[in-house]
Amino acid sequence: MVRKTGLGFCLLSVLAFGWSVLPTPAFAQTALDGANTGWILTATALVLFMTLPGLALFYAGLVRAENILSVLMHCFAIACLASVLWLAVVYSLAFGDGGAVHQWIGGLDKAFLNGVGWESASGDIPETVFFMFQMTFAIITPALIVGAYPERIKFIAVMLFSGLWLILVYAPVAHWVWGGGWLAEMGVMDFAGGLVVHATAGSSAVVIAILLGARRGFPREIKPPHNPGLTMIGASMLWVGWFGFNAGSALAADGSAGMAMLVTHISAATASLVWMLIEWVKYGKPSLVGIVTGMVAGLATITPASGFVGPIGGLVIGFAAGFVCYWAVGLVKYRFNVDDSLDVFAVHGVGGILGILLTAVFAAAAFGGVGFPEGITIAKQLWVQAVGVVAVVAWSVIVSLGILKVIGTLFGLRVSADDEMQGLDITAHGESGYNL
Amino acid sequence: MKLVMAVIKPHKLDDVREALTELGVQGLTVTEVKGFGRQKGHTEVYRGAEYAIHFVPKVKIEVAVDDTLVERVVETIEHKAKTGQIGDGKIFVYDIGKAVRIRTGETDMQAL
Repeated sequence: MVRKTGLGFCLLSVLAFGWSVLPTPAFAQTALDGANTGWILTATALVLFMTLPGLALFYAGLVRAENILSVLMHCFAIACLASVLWLAVVYSLAFGDGGAVHQWIGGLDKAFLNGVGWESASGDIPETVFFMFQMTFAIITPALIVGAYPERIKFIAVMLFSGLWLILVYAPVAHWVWGGGWLAEMGVMDFAGGLVVHATAGSSAVVIAILLGARRGFPREIKPPHNPGLTMIGASMLWVGWFGFNAGSALAADGSAGMAMLVTHISAATASLVWMLIEWVKYGKPSLVGIVTGMVAGLATITPASGFVGPIGGLVIGFAAGFVCYWAVGLVKYRFNVDDSLDVFAVHGVGGILGILLTAVFAAAAFGGVGFPEGITIAKQLWVQAVGVVAVVAWSVIVSLGILKVIGTLFGLRVSADDEMQGLDITAHGESGYNL
Repeated sequence: MKLVMAVIKPHKLDDVREALTELGVQGLTVTEVKGFGRQKGHTEVYRGAEYAIHFVPKVKIEVAVDDTLVERVVETIEHKAKTGQIGDGKIFVYDIGKAVRIRTGETDMQAL
């Protein structure tokens, strides 16, 4: 489903000047739907819950005990920063009217929500609700990258990188795919953010992991996850929150939302079981960290496909997610020796890209999906999806590299060896997670 | 007076405490510790990566007892903490120079 924003915005830019004076006849055409509005309000809360505290706890359990607070702090601070930037410029750049360059980027017409008020509508929901819903995506995406750099990054680098990244990577890509940009015009299918969220975060994660360098002792002498129980609690919150993420992306309380929720759940469960079985066979013990990692892989992979595929599509996509992402973890860390510490690329990047490509297959009516528009075949759609992947990954990598070079030159990216050994909780934030 | 110090497997602690209480031991100090012996740690696997755990969690117990009780305390700990697997732990016996009960000021045997 292509988001109904293009038309809505043309209409809204007209309305923006008139709404406060008089109701105009145009209002009748944008009657709000209470059910849809109610669901997106709910979904917004669910997606914020994914980051705070879901993702934060998921990551916090995976680091060593001396760094738990720093990871929680990264997620929380990014959430606040992304919210303010979203209001200031990022929403407008992603979903505003770009005029002559609309293919590439939105304009600044809606900076600080200029002209948007109580009566503004986006499709049949209030624009404030659309703004808030999309904001929670802009919060979790840079927060996902936290998994690439914990235990060794300077806090100033986290803040500057996340802020600049949101403006320079997230805003354009969200515009290309969802804001009526060139990928949307090509007909790319990304229901809830395989490209916009997972491919951007995953590919940028690799860049930052490489520039920052590995944690001391990587790969043989690093400490194992200090609290897998926290990781499971966070993962479970992510699972629930993902209902809002994927089913909310229907922007309506309808059958598309229902099916999106269903396939999301099936994919998560399937990928969890696959990951668990791989470890069980390979190491003799099925692990908790393994099963919940499989869950995240299944959720990331179904994300772009969630509004387009049927139950069998969800099952197969979950199955593929478990295998491919498991394999990718080993490849990134132990073949390429990149300390993408909590496997952001292997799980989110690879999952998101795999999901984007599989969407072209399982969206086909022949495989139980919603089917393509007239004249589109699996092969044609696969080509569009592949163009999207290449463009989004290239943009994310190049721009992240530039941002990090600047921050690295001005402030440095990495804490001292001493601070790293002592842990970031005490050295960066002056607090301890565990006082015994 | 002797101090019997033993490092044992954590899950054996309750059996040992129960048996020592039956022997008439009046008090016991327990500390969670980590260390290595012949067991040399173990490995844990997370997301396909093996992590070497060099220090294994153990429980250290310390019991101050009258000379007459020492042998039976050592035997009891040895018997109750034994699984026959590597990593069962060790027992050490020290001489105690002096003991004081802080509340009353009693010393040595009266303090135990």
